[in-house]
Amino acid sequence: MQENCLLQMHHIDKTFPGVKALSGVDFCLRKGEIHALMGENGAGKSTLIKILTGVYQMDGGEIRLEGQPVVIKSPQDAGNNGISTVYQEITLCPNITVAENMFIGRDSSFFVKKKEREKRADEILTKLGIPARSTMQLGSCSLAVQQMVAIARAVDMKCKVLILDEPTSSLDDKEVNMLFDLMRDLKSKGVGIIFVTHFLEQVYEVSDRITVLRNGELVGEYLTQELPQVELVSKMIGKELEELSSLGETEETGDEEKEDFYVAKGLSSSDALAFDFNIKKGEVNGFTGLLGSGRSESVRAIFGADKVTGGNVKIKGKNVKITKPIDAMKHGIGYLAEDRKRDGIIAELSVRENIILALQVMNGMFKPISRSEAETFADEYIKVLNIKTASRETPVGSLSGGNQQKVILARWLLTHPDYLILDEPTRGIDVGTKLEIQKLVLKLAEEGVSVTFISSEVEEMLRTCSRLIVMRDRHIVGELKGKELTQTQVMKTIAGGDA
Amino acid sequence: MANFKFKRKEPLTDTGLLMTITICIFVVMYLLAMLLLQGGFLHAQQIFDMLNDNASLIIVSCGLTIVMIGGGIDISVGAVTSLTVMSCVLYLNNGGNLFVSVLLALGIGLAFGLVQGFLISYLEIQPFIVTLAGMFFARGMTTILSVNPQKADHAAFAALRDIKIEIPWLGYVAKNGNVVPARIELGVVVALLCVALVFVLLRFISLGRGFYAIGGNWQSALMLGINVKRTRFMSYVICGLLSGISGYVFMMHTGAGNATNAAGMEMNAIASSIIGGTLLTGGVGNVIGTLFGTLTLTTIKKIVVSSGLNDPWWQSITTGGMLCFFILLQSVVLGRRAKKKQS
Repeated sequence: MQENCLLQMHHIDKTFPGVKALSGVDFCLRKGEIHALMGENGAGKSTLIKILTGVYQMDGGEIRLEGQPVVIKSPQDAGNNGISTVYQEITLCPNITVAENMFIGRDSSFFVKKKEREKRADEILTKLGIPARSTMQLGSCSLAVQQMVAIARAVDMKCKVLILDEPTSSLDDKEVNMLFDLMRDLKSKGVGIIFVTHFLEQVYEVSDRITVLRNGELVGEYLTQELPQVELVSKMIGKELEELSSLGETEETGDEEKEDFYVAKGLSSSDALAFDFNIKKGEVNGFTGLLGSGRSESVRAIFGADKVTGGNVKIKGKNVKITKPIDAMKHGIGYLAEDRKRDGIIAELSVRENIILALQVMNGMFKPISRSEAETFADEYIKVLNIKTASRETPVGSLSGGNQQKVILARWLLTHPDYLILDEPTRGIDVGTKLEIQKLVLKLAEEGVSVTFISSEVEEMLRTCSRLIVMRDRHIVGELKGKELTQTQVMKTIAGGDA
Repeated sequence: MANFKFKRKEPLTDTGLLMTITICIFVVMYLLAMLLLQGGFLHAQQIFDMLNDNASLIIVSCGLTIVMIGGGIDISVGAVTSLTVMSCVLYLNNGGNLFVSVLLALGIGLAFGLVQGFLISYLEIQPFIVTLAGMFFARGMTTILSVNPQKADHAAFAALRDIKIEIPWLGYVAKNGNVVPARIELGVVVALLCVALVFVLLRFISLGRGFYAIGGNWQSALMLGINVKRTRFMSYVICGLLSGISGYVFMMHTGAGNATNAAGMEMNAIASSIIGGTLLTGGVGNVIGTLFGTLTLTTIKKIVVSSGLNDPWWQSITTGGMLCFFILLQSVVLGRRAKKKQS
């Protein structure tokens, strides 16, 4: 055990029903450092943070603060021990003033000492250089300032450890810089900061040390300046560079002559920055990048799932306007959402009802699909896609993840789309079904359907896509095809040119 | 030249803004009524009558404002008021003690507040369902106590009921030359006292600020270290207590218990709170606004009657229209604010 740790987490174990979320993870935060906690989805970052803040209880292991063992049973406990957390979603009340947000719930006095609080709040705000006044209503401040007020509250509570969980995801560049200045200032005052983010560049800009987790295990702790970006990426994803280089190449396909099905110029939405994109008839291409790089946001913009704010879209050479999903559907675009629980399946409805849903929407509510027709469709696709269900009337919620995914696929296939967008269609499903879905994608492409495919697993993308669009920090940073389609090249592009 | 030091003025909070709008609309409306309809509107007694007739509504609205700021709803208040009236009248008529009758009123209100607050906060049952049940229960109890109207017949109570504050200089000269002084009932004093106390509670007391916090975002409030369950519980307890007080004031005004007393009062109280700038979504509201909300609602009704539209449905229609107008106004004003902040 290292001696100079402000916060020491030793051999932390945590098991959820069926999943080992953390096994034997060590973490050490020193006084006056900014320590980035990195890992892909499911790596265990948030579990570790939640154990530290008392939201979850660990199954095994030990937490020491300044050498003393501590037990953290609730967020209040964490606060009393000097561990404060600022979450991605702001956990303050927008309808009361800045000063009240900084002091409410901290003492048990009967009367509110309004003037005293406001004076104290103004002092702290000035000291930390936060551009807000104590008497402003919190909701009237920008998100960045609200986040800083949350930090100011933590600082005033004499926190020794400050956890910033994805604090920058809703801030713009200027606001991010303001936040970083504040972080550096706190660091110089001896506060230990745990910085959780998925923005690689920000990690290198502000952190001193990086701890990488993968699949609930510790990969290692590194000094930021000694870990090149490309190595960080490979540690997060879990492939050694050498191993990556040795993988085979995919064969060249003669896509060049085929005509474009869909072309977008400068397409942007409420969540995606402007980007150019095209796909040819019968092509399979993909968006890749780390979580939060903007890959899902981009395809959502293509489908009109988020508010489209600009850009010029052509389908089969004709200018079209896609602002809502129904527009996209009418132009033959289908979209399988990333989060099938939220955006995809309707768990209470039967397999049959889920399958005919998209077709029904396309037909409009005045042309109902007859029961017998729906039953034929359902039976057909249950057979074609090999959906394992008791019957076509079984509620979808009772099916396994892979079979739910197939039901949604069937839903879109029924509409005979020209262009299908599959966002993480293979997440959380077993290997066999994964392969089935990959084969299906290739078969569809042969039949002339264009497919855009997104997956966190790079290998899977390399197997299915003939062209990869690489995104980093919400920008397209490269396009790989033919011989460039290797894991090494993908990693290098994801990590940035300096590797 | 004197060295003026200006205090930097913050833009109004949402609460302040909505309240200001209500007060302005009330003043303009009343002035227009004075100009165009004249008659009773020119006498100060008009306002006092509005207060005399609606003292219990004001008290109930204060309670609802608290609950609504905390993000909840309580629709049992009218029924609890009615049950309190009936219980107290029967108690007094059976030779009860005046002081004990006041305690009885407070006790009934408090009991409803405690039970409903417990079910809502600690057992996490929907407030609408709980207070709907409370409403039916209280109404049923009232009818069980007496199907027929009961007139209070109690000397000490009659003396208390007849106490009126007279202000001669605000009075008017009747046709026969006599000066009729302005009259204010005791209930109005109680109502205004309640408004003042709730105002202090909401503004200067930690518990009161907690109502705003849990109404603004209860998850955040929890993270900020507020005991959300206890705070929510207290909002219903105070609301229940105020319903009890409202019942006693109602009894002092009418002097009789009736199973249909205060019918629909909960809806008028919700309307008053909303017109006064309390948001149904919680976190925004002010009891001074609520007082003016009640006055606005009442003034509208008086204007309708003075305009010769005597049928009762005209009052309902204008109340509905008024409520719609205010909700629209609130969403437009707050929507504009949010938009301005984004740009």
